[in-house]
Amino acid sequence: MSANEANSPPNPFNRAWVWVPLGLFVAFGVLAAFMLTQTKDEFVRSQMIGKPLPEFSLRAATDTRPGVAIDHFRDGKPKLLNVWASWCLPCIAEAPQLEELKASGVEIVGIAIRDRPADVANFLSRYGNPYTRIGADDRSEIQLELGSSGVPETFVIDGQGIIRHQHIGDIRESDVPTLLEKLEEAR
Amino acid sequence: MIAEIGHAALWLAAALAILQMVSGALVLRSPEGETSAFALYARPAAVVQAVLAVLAFLTLLHAFVVTDLSVKLVATNSHSMKPLIYKLTGTWGNHEGSMLLWVAVLALSGGLLAFAERRLPERTMSATLAVQGFVATGFYAFLLLSSNPFERLPVPAAEGIGLNPLLQDIGLAVHPPTLYVGYVGLSVAFSLAMGALITRQVNPNFAKVMRPWVLGAWVFLTFGITAGSYWAYYELGWGGWWFWDPVENASLMPWLAATALLHSVSVLAARDALRTWTIMLGVVAFSMSMLGTFLVRSGVITSVHAFAVDPERGTLLLVLLGLYIGGSLTIFALRAGSVAEGKRFTATSREGALVFNNVMLSAILAIVLLGTLYPVLTEAFDVRVSVGPPYFNPAGAIFAIPMFIVMAIGPMLRWKDDKIARVQPQLAVLGAIALLVVALVVFLGDYPLLPILGLALAAALAVAAILPLKGRKITRVPTATWGMVLAHFGVAVALFGMASESAFTQERLAAVGPGGVEEIGGWTVQLESVNPVSGPNWTAIEARISASRGGGEPVILTPQARNFWAPTQSTSESALLTRWDGQLYAVIGDAAGIGADGKQRWQLRVWWKPFVTFIWYGGLLIAFGGVLSIVGRLQVDLKRRKAARVGAERREDQAELAASGAPAPEPAE
Repeated sequence: MSANEANSPPNPFNRAWVWVPLGLFVAFGVLAAFMLTQTKDEFVRSQMIGKPLPEFSLRAATDTRPGVAIDHFRDGKPKLLNVWASWCLPCIAEAPQLEELKASGVEIVGIAIRDRPADVANFLSRYGNPYTRIGADDRSEIQLELGSSGVPETFVIDGQGIIRHQHIGDIRESDVPTLLEKLEEAR
Repeated sequence: MIAEIGHAALWLAAALAILQMVSGALVLRSPEGETSAFALYARPAAVVQAVLAVLAFLTLLHAFVVTDLSVKLVATNSHSMKPLIYKLTGTWGNHEGSMLLWVAVLALSGGLLAFAERRLPERTMSATLAVQGFVATGFYAFLLLSSNPFERLPVPAAEGIGLNPLLQDIGLAVHPPTLYVGYVGLSVAFSLAMGALITRQVNPNFAKVMRPWVLGAWVFLTFGITAGSYWAYYELGWGGWWFWDPVENASLMPWLAATALLHSVSVLAARDALRTWTIMLGVVAFSMSMLGTFLVRSGVITSVHAFAVDPERGTLLLVLLGLYIGGSLTIFALRAGSVAEGKRFTATSREGALVFNNVMLSAILAIVLLGTLYPVLTEAFDVRVSVGPPYFNPAGAIFAIPMFIVMAIGPMLRWKDDKIARVQPQLAVLGAIALLVVALVVFLGDYPLLPILGLALAAALAVAAILPLKGRKITRVPTATWGMVLAHFGVAVALFGMASESAFTQERLAAVGPGGVEEIGGWTVQLESVNPVSGPNWTAIEARISASRGGGEPVILTPQARNFWAPTQSTSESALLTRWDGQLYAVIGDAAGIGADGKQRWQLRVWWKPFVTFIWYGGLLIAFGGVLSIVGRLQVDLKRRKAARVGAERREDQAELAASGAPAPEPAE
C-alpha cells in the first residue's frame, strides 16, 4: 500500500481496488437479506408436550377463586391452563380473547406468577375474570416445570392431565379457533 | 398532548430534512459559478430541523419523567416506582427511544455544521448538506414508520413493566448517548467526504474542515467504549472487561475506522496526500456505525445486549444501509479515479508510517468484522458457531504488534522523506527497554506470549510517546502536539493494563461460611457475614467481607446478589477495592449448602487484578488527548481567521484610499 501510494505512476487500471469495498458490501447485503428472510424461532418450546403435568398444589392467588392442584386436571374434561401475571402487559391484551373462550364453554385455569393478591384482584376487576381457579406460583417453580419461559403462555391439558399443546405469547383473535380445535382434539 | 407535540415535531423535522436534501441537490444542478436560488434553504432547514428533533426528544424525556403510562413506550419500559435518574435513562434504554436520541443528535450536529461552517465553497457545502439531509430523511422514515416512540396505548396501563435491571445503573446514563454522539459525528464526516467527492474538492482545505468532526466523534467513541467496558466489568460480575460480544464489536469497528481516518485526514490537511484513502475511510467509518446498528437491531445476530427484535425493522434498516453504504461506495468507485493523486512521499517518512498503521488498523477492523459476521455466515448454512477470544486475540495481535512498533517510530520521522539511520539512537533505546521488560517478566514466572509482548510494547511505547517532546521548548509545544503525545501515552497505559490483567490476575472460587478466610494475591479476605438487604425495587443478599493486605487495616467490601421485581431478574453487584496497583474484585454467589461446622456456606468469588484500572485510565487519556487536539486545531484556526480578516480589512482600506485619490501611506522609515 505504501509503496503503491508512494512510487507507482498514476494508472487508472491500478485503481481497480476502489471497487473492492462495494463488492464486499454487496456480498454482505445478500447475506443479510437472506438471513432476514429466515424465520428465526426465538420461542422456547416446552419439552413437556405429550407428558403429564407435574405434581403440584398451589394456594389461591386471590380470595374470589380457589387454588389449583394436579387433581383438578384429572376429571376427564380438557381445559386451558393460562400462565399469566398482573404485572404483564400482553396479559391485558389477551383478556378479551380469554373471555371469548370462556363464552364458548372452555374452562380456564390460571396460574399467577410472582404476584400479590391485591394486584391480582385489581387486574381481575379491571380486565375481567375468565378463570375457574387461580393458583399462585410465587417463585415460578410450576412455571419452569411446565416448560414455560415467560408470561403469558397457555397450555391445552386433556382430561387425564396430559399437556397437549403450548401457546406462547398473548392469545390473539386469530389464535382462538386453533385453541378450540386443540381442545376438541384433546377430548 | 405533550407526546403529540413531540410526534408532530418529528414529522416537521422529517419534512425539513427533505427540504434540505432537495435544495442542496438543486444547487448542484445549477451551472458552476452561479449562485442558485435554492442555496437559501439548506442551512436554515438544517438549523430548524435540529431544534425540532431536540424538542421531540425532550417531550419523550418528559413522558418518562412523569411516567405517562398512556404512552406505550413508557408503559413497556418504565415504572412509577423507579428512581428518577433511571426514569431518565429509561428514555434511551430501549429501541425507539435510542433511535430518537440518535436522530436528535444527528439533527443537532447537522444544524451545527450548517450554522457554523463557513470555510468550504458553497457548492461543496450544499452537497454536504444534501447528503446529511438524505441520511437524516432515512432515519426519520425509519423512526416514524416502524419505531414510533410516541405511540399511545388504547387504554393507559395501570403500571409500567419496568426497565431491565441490568440497565438500572449509572453506566447506562453515560455510555450509550456517548457512543451515539460518536456515531453521529462520523455521519457528518461522511457527509463532508461525500460533498467533497461529488464537487471534486478533496484537498487540504476540506480536510481541515473535516478534522474537528472526526476528532470529536473519535473522542466520544473512545470515551463511550471505555465507559462501556468498565460498566460491563463491574455490572456483569464476570471479572472480564471485554467479551468480543457483537454489540461491543459494533462500537469497536467504527472506532478503528475513525482512528485510521483521523490520522489520514491529518496527513491530507498537512501534506495534501492520501486523498482517496481519506474519502474511503470517511465512508467506511460511517458504514461501520450503521452496520453495527443493523446487526444489533435486526436480530440477525444474537447478543447479550437484547434489543427488541423485529424483522420489519431489520428490512427497513437493510434498505437504508443499501442506500447509504451501497450508494456512497458506488459514487466512491466511480469518482475515485478523478481524484488527483496527492503529494508523493517515501516509505520511510511520517506519511509512510501513518499509511502503514492505517493499513494495520484496517486489517484489525477486517478481523473484527469477519469474526462478528462469521456466525451469521455459517448460520446461513445451518451451522451454529460462536467466535470468541481464541480467534480475536491472536488474529488481532498479528496486526496490532507491528502497528504498535511503527506507532513508536512514526512520530519521530520527518514528513515526506527521512532515513531510519537518523533516529537510530532512539530506536536502540526503545528496543533495549522492550528487551529488558521481556527478560524481567520471563524471569518472574511462566506467562503466555501475548501478555509478555504487550508489557514490553507498552513500556517502549510509553517512552516513545514522549520522545517527540525531546529537544523542544516545553512551553512552545503546540496544543495539538500535546494531544498526540497524551493520546499515544494513553495507548501505552491501556496496553499495559490489558497485558498486566491477562498475565497476573489471580482468581479464587470457594464455598465459605461466615468467618471463613481466603488468601489471594497478598490479600487476606474474610467473609464476616451474609445478610438480606433491600432497595427501592430490589431485594438482595449482601456479603460483608473484610480484606486486608500485609497485615494492614482491613477494608469492608459488600458485594450483593440482587433480585429485582418488575420485571423479575437477578443481577450480581460486584464489590471493588481499588488500589494504585490493581483492584480486588469480589462477587457473592448462591448458597452452597451447610458446612461441616453446621453454618450456611456461600459461593464466594474473588479476583486480584494487578493494574487492571490502567485500561480505563489509558482510555481516558486517549480521549483527553483527542480533546487537546481539537482545542489546539481550533485555536490555530481562529488565529488564522482573525489574521485573514485583519489582512482583508487593511487591503480594503488601502483600496479605498487609492480610490479617493489620497496618496498611499508610506511605510515609516
